[in-house]
Amino acid sequence: MRQSIIQWFRFASPQSFYPLAGRMIPWFWAAAAVFGIAGLWLSFFVAPTDAQQGEGYRIIFVHVPASWMSMFIYLVMAFWAGLGLALNTRVSGMMAQALAPTGALMAALSLWTGALWGKPMWGAWWVWDARLTSELILFFLYLGFMALQAAIDDPRRADKAGAILALVGVINIPIIYFSVKWWNTLHQGSTINMNKAPSMAQTMLWGMLLMALCFWMYSIAVALMRVRAIILERERHTEWVKHAVE
Amino acid sequence: MNALLATVRRDLLLALRRKSEVLTAVFFFVIVTSLFPLGIGPEPVLLKKIAPGILWVAALLATLLGLPRLFAADHVDGTLEQMALSSSPLGLLVAGKILAHWLLCGLPLVLLAPVLGLQFDLDASALGILTLALLLGTPLLSLIGAIGAALTLGVRGGGVLLALLVLPLYIPALIFGAGAVEAHIAGLGAGGHLSLLAAMLALAVFFAPWATTAALRIALE
Repeated sequence: MRQSIIQWFRFASPQSFYPLAGRMIPWFWAAAAVFGIAGLWLSFFVAPTDAQQGEGYRIIFVHVPASWMSMFIYLVMAFWAGLGLALNTRVSGMMAQALAPTGALMAALSLWTGALWGKPMWGAWWVWDARLTSELILFFLYLGFMALQAAIDDPRRADKAGAILALVGVINIPIIYFSVKWWNTLHQGSTINMNKAPSMAQTMLWGMLLMALCFWMYSIAVALMRVRAIILERERHTEWVKHAVE
Repeated sequence: MNALLATVRRDLLLALRRKSEVLTAVFFFVIVTSLFPLGIGPEPVLLKKIAPGILWVAALLATLLGLPRLFAADHVDGTLEQMALSSSPLGLLVAGKILAHWLLCGLPLVLLAPVLGLQFDLDASALGILTLALLLGTPLLSLIGAIGAALTLGVRGGGVLLALLVLPLYIPALIFGAGAVEAHIAGLGAGGHLSLLAAMLALAVFFAPWATTAALRIALE
């Protein structure tokens, strides 16, 4: 048991994590491509046309995975940030920093595809629905995290300050979600009820799951590539980076 | 407890020696709320409907205005480091500073809100609910804001960054604070909203000084 713990901690050092990440990246890219091709084929050629929404519903295959990833990445980011704060490991903070842009991208993608989907279905680009609003706030939280990290010059302080912000955000996300939800039910402004999802065909569900896996693998691959760049940038004064770059 | 009271007394004294800084935030609150009717139009029905939201958003921004000063002066002249080194726990001193900030920036807004609410044709009971909601909500704003103020301490472009960090976290307070008044006007009763606001305040009283202290220690490293 003790042996295995030591093995894991070995990769907390940037020097040993850098080649490991390099070895993993092609596999995650390959997995993303396989899942993506399968998911797109299933969602565009196999999944039947929806009875109520026609062909327009197919944007769900991008929209839902993007929304899932945007929320999940925030949790992962907060996990790494918390780990970095508790154990003072350097790679953890770098992981959190590397995940933030991908999370923000997913949140933006989810909002964008949601608007594109909303226009033909509800006749409006934007409604003040609980899910839309909380996704927008999540996007703001990502922006705040990235802005804070960018504003602090010392990378160690940036990591720690960002970690506290990420953890405060994680506590707040459920509070924000429920407050927005109750706010929405109080106002009853929109007549659209998004909670009653139409029962979904089996192939649609599979298409969505495959696309979600594709997004997941893509996020890991991109985050690892970004963390490698961050490692090189921060460790540029060391001897091993000079050899690694050569 | 003595350390906490001493910090509160010190911060209040320092603020009273330089009254204009405190009054700026209060006047900001008054001016912003008075600008809305000018922009929207003088119809009493519409103004009455949007009054809780306007007063709350203005209170949010006015609280934000005072936040950069919460730790900045003490950080510059080294008092903050002395506080971190002192025998009293830093969390307690930070709690004292947050309390002083609320007394200076939050409490005046609570006291002014009923007067400003009159401009928007709110009746007496709605004004009471508004004041109560602000009384529960403004300490919450100070507590959450203190985390942001500590995180952006001594950082380039701190003021704007502070707004970006803190405003999304203020949303639940805004929703339940303004919602309490709206629910009361709609005849639904404000009890639920006020209870939730109080619950969030209890949560923040426990966690926020602690998170602020952690952020301050990072800034002081």
